[in-house]
Amino acid sequence: MSEVSPAKAYALHLGVIALLFVLSFVLPDYHHGLLARIMVLAVFAMGYNMLFGYVGLLSLGHAMFFAAGLYGAGLSVIHLGWNVPAAFAAGIACGALLALVIGLLALRTTGVAFMIVTMMFAQVFYLIILYFAVWTGGDQGMVVPQPARVLVLGAASFDLTNPTVRYMMALTLFSIVLLVTLAVVRSRYGRVLVAIRENEERTKMLGYDTFSNKLGAVVLSGTICAASGAAYALLFGYVGSSFASVQYSILPLLWVLLGGGATTLGPLLGTLFMYYVIDITSGYTSAYLLIVGVALILLVLFSPKGILGTIRQRWLGWLP
Amino acid sequence: MHFGPHLLLAALEGLVTSAVLALTALGLSLVFGVMRVVNVAHGEFFMLGAVLAWAITSAIGGHPALGFLAALVIAPLIVGAIALIAERLVLRRLNYNPEATIVATIGMLYIIQQLALTFYGPEARPVEPPFSYRILLPWFGYSGYKLSIIAASALLLLATWLVLTRTKIGLVMRATQYDSETAQAFGIPVGRVYGGVFALGAMLAAIAAVLIVPISQAHYLMGQDPLLLSFIVVIIGGLGSLRGTVVAAVLIGLSDGIISVFFSPTLAKIIATLLVAMVLVFRPQGLFGTASR
Amino acid sequence: MTDKNGFFDLSKSTLSRRTVLKGLAAGAGLAMAPGFVRYSQAQSSAPIKIGFQSHRTGIGAAYGRWYEKTSAAAVKAINDAGGISGRPVELVIEDDGTDPARGAEVVAKFAKQHKTDIVFGTLFSHVVIGSAPAAGENKIPYFVVSEGHHVASTKLNRYVFQPGITDVKSQIQSMAPWIAANAGKKVTQIFPDFAFGYDHRDYLPPALKAQGADVIAQIAIPPTESSFTKYFPQIPAETEVIYHVMVGPAVLTFVKELGEFYGSNRPQLFGFMDSLEATDINSPGLEFLDGSHFWEGSPRYAQADDSAAQKAYRAAVGIDDNGAAVGDPKDVSTASHMFGCWETLYVVKKAMEDAGYKGPEDRAKLVEATEALTEFAEGPEHPQGAKTFNGKIHQCFGIQNISKVEGGKLKVVHKTKIEDGLYEAEGDYTTQAL
Repeated sequence: MSEVSPAKAYALHLGVIALLFVLSFVLPDYHHGLLARIMVLAVFAMGYNMLFGYVGLLSLGHAMFFAAGLYGAGLSVIHLGWNVPAAFAAGIACGALLALVIGLLALRTTGVAFMIVTMMFAQVFYLIILYFAVWTGGDQGMVVPQPARVLVLGAASFDLTNPTVRYMMALTLFSIVLLVTLAVVRSRYGRVLVAIRENEERTKMLGYDTFSNKLGAVVLSGTICAASGAAYALLFGYVGSSFASVQYSILPLLWVLLGGGATTLGPLLGTLFMYYVIDITSGYTSAYLLIVGVALILLVLFSPKGILGTIRQRWLGWLP
Repeated sequence: MHFGPHLLLAALEGLVTSAVLALTALGLSLVFGVMRVVNVAHGEFFMLGAVLAWAITSAIGGHPALGFLAALVIAPLIVGAIALIAERLVLRRLNYNPEATIVATIGMLYIIQQLALTFYGPEARPVEPPFSYRILLPWFGYSGYKLSIIAASALLLLATWLVLTRTKIGLVMRATQYDSETAQAFGIPVGRVYGGVFALGAMLAAIAAVLIVPISQAHYLMGQDPLLLSFIVVIIGGLGSLRGTVVAAVLIGLSDGIISVFFSPTLAKIIATLLVAMVLVFRPQGLFGTASR
Repeated sequence: MTDKNGFFDLSKSTLSRRTVLKGLAAGAGLAMAPGFVRYSQAQSSAPIKIGFQSHRTGIGAAYGRWYEKTSAAAVKAINDAGGISGRPVELVIEDDGTDPARGAEVVAKFAKQHKTDIVFGTLFSHVVIGSAPAAGENKIPYFVVSEGHHVASTKLNRYVFQPGITDVKSQIQSMAPWIAANAGKKVTQIFPDFAFGYDHRDYLPPALKAQGADVIAQIAIPPTESSFTKYFPQIPAETEVIYHVMVGPAVLTFVKELGEFYGSNRPQLFGFMDSLEATDINSPGLEFLDGSHFWEGSPRYAQADDSAAQKAYRAAVGIDDNGAAVGDPKDVSTASHMFGCWETLYVVKKAMEDAGYKGPEDRAKLVEATEALTEFAEGPEHPQGAKTFNGKIHQCFGIQNISKVEGGKLKVVHKTKIEDGLYEAEGDYTTQAL
């Protein structure tokens, strides 16, 4: 959390966004598509990082926020025939509302109890999706019909199944969330959150209402994750219960820890790293999970603060 | 079937679930309580126990009881050794940092799962129970072996309790749990205690798995559910409280069985999970724990 | 892993060496000659690449391994007989982890990175549904071997086909007459509480009703359950038949606990082989199944009246008379489903040759050529039996087997007719744009 040169930080982030934009024109087809997916999921990781990295609250249930966005957007297209912007908004609204309710309940607990409570609420959410299989498609999930996945803005219409459109949509979402995250963590509010992480009692004594600050962070985090889920449904056309399973609660944690918690660019880096490790190793051996496991252990042994966390510690102290 | 017998059956089933759950969760609770780390690979140690039980029983042959008893001794020892190695090689170097431990144990989870898939295969394989006696009740038949699981689990829990409360080892462990720095100052080899506790936790999971495998087959993905349930039991029971762990295991095992008598099973699971979550929300230290430090 | 040369290299192959019977070899020689002449003008003799989306890890791994074995055997047989349009066939394998999200990525990887001609081989329904949008967007034909009703429901898209295995709706419907006539009129269903089970829940009662029988209770069991006894009291006492279809690693437990519950005094049992795929029916605790009946897609055990084609198929895949891997009697196959891989690859061959398929630019022609197919005759290419194909719903319909457990083996006691399983089409893919 540096005080020096906000310009430097903003320049770096805009540079990253520009780089991703340029990559769209030079990447081979497959990697182009993969990167679009990674950007959407990096948003999920950024939402997770907001709570875990900056407030220090380790949730094991963030899959429910992602899934709330996914189903909120997907089902309103499938069952209500809503258009893309309305469905996207519906997904985000579902996530925000869910995060508010979960935050009010779960924030009564701390530490391990918080982990377990969030995990259990996520499990309930997952089971509810299975229970209402008539509407959700249960474990099989549902396809968002291809003709409905068109964004109409005035006279222009964008086919979300087109790779370039999809890439640009993913990049837009990613950029907005990245800049919002940067602005939040550099703001007064962001500093209060970090203060809560470092010492909640002291922050309380300084006169801050830590509960409502934390609640705000849960809602912000849940909303960002829901945005990622909603984008996933609309851009990739599938909603399914596996996205609400505990595995998808652990994945963002993993991505953030790999990339570096409490760094703005860490989530992207972690997601990118994890995706490519799996993609590349699965090309050589069916035992790629073994390699992923070994990579995780090595990383945590030799770079415990994550990739970007280590870089910040050793070389670039000003990294946000 | 009438309501009474139905409830009896549900209760019996619930007790079997509880018995296995209590052992598995106790292992997790020890690690959790003494070392203050979350072992995400705990379920994989459970799975390893079951897979090894299959390997040992099929290697020995002869009367099923022979192989089973051998498995009951050998499988936990192997699993304990593996856990000890993992603890020495990885966790100790991480200084038991809670977050780093989570990532490292996720890594272990992947490694153990993949090795099981490669060397054991994707099939579910059965292990013959040491004896197959069917108890004939007026309304339905019930497996005698299942009842013996409850007894075996109770004995093991009692033994663990005696070790924890009546022996020097137990004292050392409790001292470490209470305050590891002071314990160190009094000359307790905290590092070695941690290694031992981690291995012991894994062994308890492995024993539970060997007990359950004759009624539920070994499969390389079987570690997921016990992990989640054990977590829940540990938290509900209160950190590091043996009594709490046992009571929570019985509570959760029974409620799972009995609620499903009244509701459709998925709805039953929703209700049960939500209830437990609410208990936690309004009593975060668990039913028997003291407020966490 | 991309097994580029593995399937042509016998030393690396796990198949037995006497894989292809004489008849097949003779057919190969015949097929090769005109094929060579006809396609000698073809621009390219580069291999046709088939992307195989395999469940190598995750919950589907037991099936995945056998799907790979069967597909490898089919590819070898096709190549030995001159390939497709004179071009050799190559399988490119990617693991989808039995996960729908990864499944979609794998389809994109096949289309864009490996540049395969088609994608093939998926079993688990949620992976099929998750991957289908990626297939449609990349406009790459996607041939699944899943038995789910999702393809025929016309809720997917024009690029998804299931030409090698009958869908579950049709299977259920064709079982009903036999159950009503031979097993009993009062049926209790036990099924997993998720989509695969819902097909059974929804399609069996009307099919039985039409035969004058009734489903008197339906018991759904959550897929995560590992113990079943507590559900059995819900089985009504007057039940004549228990119709069970469970999947996943816990199925053995299910049968064992049913045995403990009832002892020898049990109702009739009718089950779907899905419950016991890749599992030895002589496992301890399964004695209880003796005398019960099962649906089988393709029989696991060699039958007295097996056709030459069936025998050749079993030899090529490398399964013995008990349906286990040759040389490893404990390695039991997924015989009821994996034949679909073999037959699908031959459908692909036929459609590609009909379409004059040259490369990815002809994918639309391949879709149309597949839709134009109407029936497949029983023979070396379709060893399970004759099938009809409905190009509008991209689904094939074949015969089904009902087998009885006798002396630790499954003996086919009834074969259904194709007509038993036909139903009204629910839509029409051919109206969609390509």
